[in-house]
Amino acid sequence: MSGGADPRDELPDHLPALRAFAISLCGDVTMADDLVQDTIVKAWTNIDKFAVGTNLRAWLFTILRNTFFSIRRKRKREVADPDGVHAGSISEKPAHDGRLAFADFRRAFMQLSPEHREVLILAGASGFAYEEVAEMTGVAIGTVKSRVNRARARLCDLMGLAEGENPMPGVDAATNGVMSSSRIQAA
Amino acid sequence: MMRNGDNKSKLQERIDENLKRVYQEALDERLPDRFQDLLQQLREKEAGK
Repeated sequence: MSGGADPRDELPDHLPALRAFAISLCGDVTMADDLVQDTIVKAWTNIDKFAVGTNLRAWLFTILRNTFFSIRRKRKREVADPDGVHAGSISEKPAHDGRLAFADFRRAFMQLSPEHREVLILAGASGFAYEEVAEMTGVAIGTVKSRVNRARARLCDLMGLAEGENPMPGVDAATNGVMSSSRIQAA
Repeated sequence: MMRNGDNKSKLQERIDENLKRVYQEALDERLPDRFQDLLQQLREKEAGK
């Protein structure tokens, strides 16, 4: 190795983001940690394939998602109908308290296909450009964009929100009116 | 139609906020020691070669 800095020294800086991506992608911390572990080993042993000066985080994310999807493909061959598992729980309606409750959102998010979760997390939450996402996921930019749109629409479906429906009509405007009736009149 | 478009972009904003929150919550979780241990092992293994 030359005298230049070893990109492997920067691995620790990217671990929190890598793990957050893994958890968001597979929704299971144990599996996420195994994925991160595999990714670290692969990155360490294949560091000569990393183009110095390019985005190390994107490279690590790519290794992780490739590992995840190849495990999934293998499992899919073993398990008959993996998507049927969720079918029973989907129609559960969220409590309509006028807000897009985070618990409902999270539940809906975890019901998405991993391809949809992936693209929403990469492009929506972790701030990668569509171009980078396209490169990381090995598809065209147009595919990334349409996948993002379909993922959003699916999320709305799962939360029982029609697209275009206001997710927060008159937030909690009525809560303050309740307290006045219990006041005792002084003699 | 205009109204509908406004609501749609508001909805998108909310979705993005919630997505960031999903990611942020995962980001806030404490990193297990096993990863630092693993890196240490990999370093030692290479140094010992």
